[in-house]
Amino acid sequence: MTKGIPSATGPVLHVTGLTKSYRTAGEEVAVLRGVNLTVAAGESVALTGESGSGKSTLLHLIAGLDAADGGEIRLADASVAELSDAERAELRRDRLGLVFQQFNLVPSLTVEDNLAFQSRIAGRHDAAWHHELVERLGLGRFLKRYPEQLSGGQQQRVAIGRALAVKPLLLLADEPTGNLDEDTADEVLALARDLVKRSGCGFLMVTHSARLAATLDRQVNLHAGVIA
Amino acid sequence: MQLATLLIGLISATALWSGVQALNQQARTSYDRAAATFGGARTAMLVARTGVSFPQELFVELRRAGWPVSPMLEGRIQIEGRSFRLLGIEPVTLPAEVGSAPTIGKAGLQSFMTPPGEMLVAPETLSDLKLAEGARPQGDGGAPLPPLRVQTNLVPGVLVVDIGIAQNLLKMPDQLSRLLIGKATGRHPPLESVAGDKLRLVEADAETDLERLTDSFHLNLTAFGLLSFFVGLFIVNSAIGLAFEQRLPTLRTLRACGVSARMLNAVLVLELVSLALAAGLIGLVCGYFIAGALLPDVAASLRGLYGAQIPGHLTLKPQWWVAGLAISILGALAAAAVSLTKALRLPLLATAQPFAWQQAQRRWLTYQSAVALVAFAAAAGFLWFGDSLISGFAVLAALMLGAALILPMFLEIVLSLGQRYARAPLGIWFWADSRQQLSGLSLALMALLLALAVNVGVSTMVESFSRTFLVWLDGRLSAEVYVSAANDAQAHEIKAWLRERPEVEAILPGGRADTQLAGAPLEVLGLPDHATYRDNWPLLQSTENAWVKLRPGDAALVSEQLARRLHLSLGDRIEVPASGGNWTLNVVGIYADYGNPKSQIAVNFAALTRRFPEIPLTRMGLRVAPPKIPALISALQEKFGLDDRNVADQARMKAESTRIFNRTFSVTAALNAFTLGVAGVALLTSLLTLANSRLPHLAPLWAIGVTRRRLAAIELLKTTSVAFITTIFALPLGLLVAWCLLAIVNVKAFGWRLPFHVFPLQLLWLTGVAMAAAVAASALPVIRLARMQPTSLMRIFANER
Repeated sequence: MTKGIPSATGPVLHVTGLTKSYRTAGEEVAVLRGVNLTVAAGESVALTGESGSGKSTLLHLIAGLDAADGGEIRLADASVAELSDAERAELRRDRLGLVFQQFNLVPSLTVEDNLAFQSRIAGRHDAAWHHELVERLGLGRFLKRYPEQLSGGQQQRVAIGRALAVKPLLLLADEPTGNLDEDTADEVLALARDLVKRSGCGFLMVTHSARLAATLDRQVNLHAGVIA
Repeated sequence: MQLATLLIGLISATALWSGVQALNQQARTSYDRAAATFGGARTAMLVARTGVSFPQELFVELRRAGWPVSPMLEGRIQIEGRSFRLLGIEPVTLPAEVGSAPTIGKAGLQSFMTPPGEMLVAPETLSDLKLAEGARPQGDGGAPLPPLRVQTNLVPGVLVVDIGIAQNLLKMPDQLSRLLIGKATGRHPPLESVAGDKLRLVEADAETDLERLTDSFHLNLTAFGLLSFFVGLFIVNSAIGLAFEQRLPTLRTLRACGVSARMLNAVLVLELVSLALAAGLIGLVCGYFIAGALLPDVAASLRGLYGAQIPGHLTLKPQWWVAGLAISILGALAAAAVSLTKALRLPLLATAQPFAWQQAQRRWLTYQSAVALVAFAAAAGFLWFGDSLISGFAVLAALMLGAALILPMFLEIVLSLGQRYARAPLGIWFWADSRQQLSGLSLALMALLLALAVNVGVSTMVESFSRTFLVWLDGRLSAEVYVSAANDAQAHEIKAWLRERPEVEAILPGGRADTQLAGAPLEVLGLPDHATYRDNWPLLQSTENAWVKLRPGDAALVSEQLARRLHLSLGDRIEVPASGGNWTLNVVGIYADYGNPKSQIAVNFAALTRRFPEIPLTRMGLRVAPPKIPALISALQEKFGLDDRNVADQARMKAESTRIFNRTFSVTAALNAFTLGVAGVALLTSLLTLANSRLPHLAPLWAIGVTRRRLAAIELLKTTSVAFITTIFALPLGLLVAWCLLAIVNVKAFGWRLPFHVFPLQLLWLTGVAMAAAVAASALPVIRLARMQPTSLMRIFANER
């Protein structure tokens, strides 16, 4: 671990006064106008809001995929803004799990290799945990298949498995059920919630669905660039 | 980007193809000009059944019998120590249809036929002689030749005089070489009833000797042009493929809005044809400049290898422009065929179809490998059953096609092995992703393979030739000084003077006669009986005491090309037409005679002068102690007014021969470089077009913690790895190509077989060049990836993208 990478104890996410704006067609558009948000270890939080409200932007800033204009993001005891590009990459690799709507699996790797990919490059591969994930996600039959040979629901299970295999402090999911039908979405989310509880990490999920949001511990709504 | 790559591909393809075609067209026009020189292979003629000439009275008898024949005498004369082809004609009976006959006209007839007559020459010959029109150069005996008159339609190196003057100059009174046959106006009796068995009919031949000889050279150029053309089309194919993929949603929307598939396709074809037309025009202009740049070397090659005279400036026919544009349009349509078919069959409501790339790729690789095996079988078939130059090139073409088609399977196997043995997760991804990228890169890698194999093959052939040629040259140029007198009288004076010089250890007189054997030109070389030849002259095969057997004048050494052409072996006999009748010679040895377009035999010098008494005896070699060479040359020049063209030492002759040799292959080197360059561009365009579609593959890795810099380094390593594996595959293929060139194509084209050598340093150099090309081609996409803004990568994860 390098300097500033958070440890596994204490509040996992603490966002204070976060601002971000984009320049579109020569005009400055403020997307986040001072967001405050906290996620505790073992807590699952649904982040809702209308299209374009900045949910994905907030998630990307927390993941260190983009840099904020102002405010602070603390993951455990480290400030994301103070990390270099390489350290942010290390943070994502070692301490964060990311799940996207488009699954974003590595198409050239088998399900088995996809599942173990992040945990192995982070050097945090735990065979027993990996085996448990395979069992709980029901992926045993598909280990030798490639992502494109799987259904959407199966692909999203692999994505969740990959994100949790590294035993992250925080699981960030951006509309993880957006491409799935209602039954599959319920099933996948139930699995994710279950595994999050089992691993004890924090869980922040962006969703449009009030029904799914209601199944998590807490809901926060992003409106006009601030948490309402 | 797609537009740029499409244009680059079309321009490269058209430029190299049309450049090569311009060179071929230029050369063929020159051959036609040579062939049409009244009495070339394009005219039917009567020649002696035995010997090189026949009595003039046969002409008179045939004319009286109604045969529309015209007499001609051919021989060689020396002017200022240089040899020229002399043609004696009879302008009154010369048939009008014999081609570019001189335009003498009624007014000029008298001055041409009555003493001193006129000597018609091409403008190039006049400038070679450094004389003005009307000047009278000196002939072999020192007597003035007829005044020179320029005729623009004549071939360089040919002198045309009245037949009576030619008979005097060639010391062949009342003798003729052949009778040209014009268009018959009525019936005439059979040849045998008038001339008995003294003459035989030689039918007009559509292909000239020069065309036959130079076929291989032009095939070689065409093969290079074709290779570059296909490599260019690879670029076009990948550009069109990507443009189509990117336009798919628009096309689908247009179809949904009621535009018919036919209309859509018509518009796409129209767009493509317009682009091909524009690119074709630019390509043609580039092709013209490429041809212009290469022409001096091509002309030097053809002169050095075949004695063919090609003017040094380009004159292009309108057909060349039309053909160039047509090939650009047809090439573009061929490269776009798959995409256009897809557009025609585009399902209206199809959504993104899951594409099981692994299985689809495996199935495709299997089909492709099966076709490759068929190509290899075809190559083996051509090798086994073929016996011509075309079949030699067919072996090469089938071999290279097979290798190109099997390359993706070879890469797939190597990459699968890499993946199987990889342990680290990034290592596994490295191999797996390289495999997945293969379908997008395989065309460019095939282009690289072909360009490299041709480079290795041709370079190995040239190096093998060079090494053999230099050793051979040492043996052939064993005298220290070579002298060429202006005429026989001067040659006598020089010999007498040399005999008085103590530093001259030996005078080796040389002589050369031209005749025909089995319908093809033959040089008869006279070698004096001297240890210089016995010790140095390189023989490939010989009977015991071959040199001693030459002495009586009934034996000959034959050149390798003649031995191969007539299937001669030691102990066989040949009948050589000589001035006094046929000369029967036993074959006692076979020698290499690299670079000579004509077949050649070597006989005893004294025997040659007996059989061909009319030949000039102006050449000689001298054995001199090396330190005394410069002084002797200066003394010779001063005493006899000889210049550098008439006296040369061994070192200068060797240097000149080596210079001609190197120039001969400079065209090949330039085309090699062009082909490799185009392959590099193909790789670059493929990587650039792939770069956009690869973002969704790379962004997840970046998201889970692999830095952009590391991703860029891995991407670079991936490209260089597949390029390296391709290079490793190309090296043995290139050596196989070299073997085919040396053992099949050269033997058929030139009649000689060269030993096969492998040059490890050269292979290492080419591997380095290939890797540099791969790194250069990957540099731009890799730098773009390393510097890519996170927003571009995040767009991949945007739900509303």
